[in-house]
Amino acid sequence: MPSKSTDVWVTGIGLMSAAGEGTAAHLAFFDDPGRGPLVDEAGFAPYPVHRMAEIDMTRQIPKKSDLKQMETWQRIGVYAAGLALADAGIAQNPELLSRTHLVVAAGSGERDAAVDAKVLDTIAALGDTQFSAKEILPTALRPTLFLAQLSNLLAGNISIVHNVTASSRTFMGEEMAGLSAVENAVRRISAGQTELVLVGGALNAERKDLLLGYELGRNLWPHPYAPVWNRNDQGGGFIPGSAGAFLVLEARPHAEARGVRAYARIDAVVTDRAERNESGDIRASLSQLFTRIAGNVAPTPIGVLSGASGVQGPTEEEQAFLGDLGARDFTPAVRAFGSRLGHTVEAQFPVGLALAALALGRGRYFASADNDAVEQPLKTPLQRVLVTGVGHWRGEGLALLGPVDGGRIG
Amino acid sequence: MTQNFKDSKGRPIVAVTGMGLVTSLGWGKSASWDELVQGRSGIRMISRFPTEGLRTMFGGAVAHPGQQPDSCPELTFEMARFAAGEALGEAGLAEAKDFPGPLFVATPPAELEWPQRKLLNEHPGGEGLQGYDRLLAAARSGAFKSMFETFQFASVAEHLARALRPRGLPVSVSTACASGATAIQLGVEAIRRGETTTALAIGTDSSLQLEALIRFSLLSALSTRNDRPEAASRPFTKSRDGFVMAEGAAALVLESLESAKARGATCLGYVRGCGEMADDYHRTRSKPDGSAIIGAIRNAILDAGVAPEEIDYVNAHGTSTPENDKMEYLSLKATLGDHLASTPVSSNKSMIGHTLSAAGAIEAVLSFLMIANGVLLPTINYADPDPDIPLDVVPNTARRQNIRTVLSNSFGFGGQNAALVLSAAD
Repeated sequence: MPSKSTDVWVTGIGLMSAAGEGTAAHLAFFDDPGRGPLVDEAGFAPYPVHRMAEIDMTRQIPKKSDLKQMETWQRIGVYAAGLALADAGIAQNPELLSRTHLVVAAGSGERDAAVDAKVLDTIAALGDTQFSAKEILPTALRPTLFLAQLSNLLAGNISIVHNVTASSRTFMGEEMAGLSAVENAVRRISAGQTELVLVGGALNAERKDLLLGYELGRNLWPHPYAPVWNRNDQGGGFIPGSAGAFLVLEARPHAEARGVRAYARIDAVVTDRAERNESGDIRASLSQLFTRIAGNVAPTPIGVLSGASGVQGPTEEEQAFLGDLGARDFTPAVRAFGSRLGHTVEAQFPVGLALAALALGRGRYFASADNDAVEQPLKTPLQRVLVTGVGHWRGEGLALLGPVDGGRIG
Repeated sequence: MTQNFKDSKGRPIVAVTGMGLVTSLGWGKSASWDELVQGRSGIRMISRFPTEGLRTMFGGAVAHPGQQPDSCPELTFEMARFAAGEALGEAGLAEAKDFPGPLFVATPPAELEWPQRKLLNEHPGGEGLQGYDRLLAAARSGAFKSMFETFQFASVAEHLARALRPRGLPVSVSTACASGATAIQLGVEAIRRGETTTALAIGTDSSLQLEALIRFSLLSALSTRNDRPEAASRPFTKSRDGFVMAEGAAALVLESLESAKARGATCLGYVRGCGEMADDYHRTRSKPDGSAIIGAIRNAILDAGVAPEEIDYVNAHGTSTPENDKMEYLSLKATLGDHLASTPVSSNKSMIGHTLSAAGAIEAVLSFLMIANGVLLPTINYADPDPDIPLDVVPNTARRQNIRTVLSNSFGFGGQNAALVLSAAD
């Protein structure tokens, strides 16, 4: 291990979701626990979905030719990336952009559902006869659609639209994509490999082809809206949410040298994969991860931004782990941001980090609803935020963030 | 005398102690190598699915020696599992219950294919419904959980993690056609940062399914030489007309030299340097001045701490598309200068096609095999050299030549470029 690691600061945030776009909209939304739920229960019934707020994409993606080359999930990601670059004072600065490394958590998509439906009818009419290219061809007739589907083309479009060029890596694997991306970005800065990283992800939840992928494993919540902690009795499940979340992470000396104020410091990001063969595996995995990062931290009440999905097993076990934190004298003030914005899969961990940085940047935590059984007020000043990321199928991760002197907001 | 375990930049030297390979020419390093040194092609007419009506009807399909899997993700896993097994065996780690480091897998994005959609469409759960509503109703029946476990983006890495039991979160990476090189780079960096002494890097790709072939075809990226598939991949020739989709996998056990020596493992070579740079010009084309490709190559050479004149051989990206081969030549000219005239540059893709996410890892393994055997693999089908690309491409037949240091290039759609500098062990 290098004897001295570089502090990693959050110097830019790009956030968009059902709650709107930008840092102020999200602070306002999370300061008002009574607002919402911002959920569409009809459009994808029986599955509720948190739809993206109305946002004029041309503000970050001005060229029509660029917009035409992307499907919605890529537009969301490119837009959020642009917000983060602007927020960090990097946008339009060729010298800084050429030194900015891009790390993206991506799924892919998206299909033309109407065309696919027609193809299915055609194939069904063939009966047992094997289908061939002429049946499938209509799904692929727009060549650019393929590029709009490719996982790494979200990163490709960010490079093209915003000129981020130092390097580009795309991680996949549902929630694990977000964990891998953030972990990779933080490790490279800590080790002095790079000074500037743009990291994040995007999800367009308003797609039946996407819902299908999750529902094959019976992971979706097929009932009217309920917060993630209240879904157990009916078998659990997640409510997908559209979101884009990008962060500019920066080596502290680099940020200080260019005089940019930071929201927060990322003290640690740790990840693992429990086998999940037995009940308790996830809880044990999270507990071990917490032990790895809590070693030098004095036990105090702590803000916990939970990325819990609402899927039964993982969510129950995460709740048990959070209960264990109390026993370790880190009284957790839990906020499951997925209850408010939906589960954003690849983007979930970046969303959690963005919200944690926002709270730390202004030095005050988010309010809790009155009389909430799980989510309690934080009774001490905000010192640290723990972000959890537990995959609905696989993967566990934790991030610990702390304040930077002076803060960013207010 | 004590050996120095650090490179010129004070970082741990990263050795390769085990390698595995699957190509359309065979399962295993020697099965593939024996064909490759004879300049044989693994490109054939596709029999896996009907191709009538398609502009391209051939590819480098990998036939499973046992039961052919039903889907691309399953074959992607099977090939990776085999390559990993071969690599672990060579590294002397086959007996280990858990692989003692992280796993980095370059793998194509998983997606449902039409046979699966058809199966869902036929399920009685969706009766009376149409399109995705019908498929969703079938999914709600709960009868398709194994399909879920196959078609998640995390699936290939997850199944590998179950089999190999690496440390931590298995990492799935995609930088399109540079993915295999990126997986190696991630492993190298983890060792250099001191996070681990060992890492397993795998590139694996099965994408030969009907819709994927149609999509690449519609991008006009593929060769259409249906009359002679084995002659279709012809990098650096005047008549090259596109790449050939192909399947394959490679695995490399990466290990700090110190750790390899301590446990008495054989060092097959070193990964000396990794470089990358992203292009912001176009989704499928590189900047006309080649600056992003040039930057990636330069960064790799700088990272390795070698002089351009030390590069003995270039394992080209060499896809056989009009665009790539021209740009790659210009970029090599810019980075190697006059040294290029005396540097052989060959493309394995002339024989095994373009293995997409796997290519960077496969080409790294083949580079180390060339170093070990003192043989340069040829660029076959080099019948009509492109006069604008004056390269020594090791035309048509393998050549006996000892080399120590190799530059291996990988460039992806979406502008993600990576290059590796690989060398013989001391």
